[in-house]
Amino acid sequence: MTTNNKNSDIEELLPWHAAGTLSRRDAQRVEDALAKDPELARRFSLVREELGETIHLNESLGAPSSRVLEQLFAKIEAEPARKPAVSFNFATRVGEFFASFTPRTLAYASGAAMLAIVLQAGIIAGVMMKETGGGYETASAPINPPAGEAAFTLIRFAPQATQDDVTKFLDANKFSIAAGPMAGGLYKVRVGMIGIPKAELGALVKKLQTDKTVNFIAVSE
Amino acid sequence: MQVLFARHHVRVYRFVLRLVRNEATAEDLISEVFLDIWRQAGKFEGRSAVSTWMLSIARFKALSALRKRPDEELDDEMAERIEDHSDDPETSLAKKDKGAALRQCLSALSAEHREIIDLVYYHEKSVEEAAQIVGIPEATVKTRMFYARKKLSELLKEQGIDRGWP
Repeated sequence: MTTNNKNSDIEELLPWHAAGTLSRRDAQRVEDALAKDPELARRFSLVREELGETIHLNESLGAPSSRVLEQLFAKIEAEPARKPAVSFNFATRVGEFFASFTPRTLAYASGAAMLAIVLQAGIIAGVMMKETGGGYETASAPINPPAGEAAFTLIRFAPQATQDDVTKFLDANKFSIAAGPMAGGLYKVRVGMIGIPKAELGALVKKLQTDKTVNFIAVSE
Repeated sequence: MQVLFARHHVRVYRFVLRLVRNEATAEDLISEVFLDIWRQAGKFEGRSAVSTWMLSIARFKALSALRKRPDEELDDEMAERIEDHSDDPETSLAKKDKGAALRQCLSALSAEHREIIDLVYYHEKSVEEAAQIVGIPEATVKTRMFYARKKLSELLKEQGIDRGWP
């Protein structure tokens, strides 16, 4: 394979590298090429721009109305009862077990499951807040309201980043998680420095865009 | 079902909305998508991520709806696309903000290019998963993504933003 072929092969992988969806082996190949080739690194910064704006665009699309869920359950209620089938496949049998419940029963059961997920997320967020050094503080009502205005960033951590990497990253930049994970695996992160000027925040965010712990960071409203 | 719905409906909705470009149609389609998911739950074999399976169903529904769309609606879509290229005061303002210009150009891409960019960047799908959703070989996924990005650069150039690539 010629160098040109190798480069175009690597260049085709840049979007997946930015999104953090490459295998460890391919990600390493891209990292090695980026370290050696400044032009490729510049093109990678274009890819990251595209990724950021695609997320921004999709996040601005909003969410569907509650009408959809109502419509869905009305359709499920109108469905004919399912016939039981004999199966020795475990996954199929589990599927059939749940399918045997009425939609209403499933809705209540899944409501309880959702509560458990929310509680679990709360515990994880609590641990992360503690690890970042700050006391407990809600996003809307801090214990000691700051004199200046709090600034926030939107961050998506790199999939290969460990919990330790994330904790170190948050500590090093005096960040604390205010909300998340949201759609797209994004976290709303509070900037420790109260009343940080917009330009300074922009420069900080730009600097952190090259940090391996994150694969997306932008200033948030 | 409610857990699946709560976890995935916003992303599925946004994926469908970017394809059909009509909120009411997108809402109708996602209730159809989740009804199919409920009906086919027993057939899901876990060979792919649930979200990949859902997006495949959503894509099929969206494309079927687009095929049924009356001609005048397609004309509207074309008109919308043509307007995206014009250099009106709004466009001129957008030029000042590279991010806004980039978002405008992302919206002006063809459905095929929008779809691949959304799947890779927003829905975080690997080459293999994107190939599975779109129903094309993995090599085609890579080249389609490359040409979508190339087209994006061309659109930006038309707006006066030269990225120096390709």
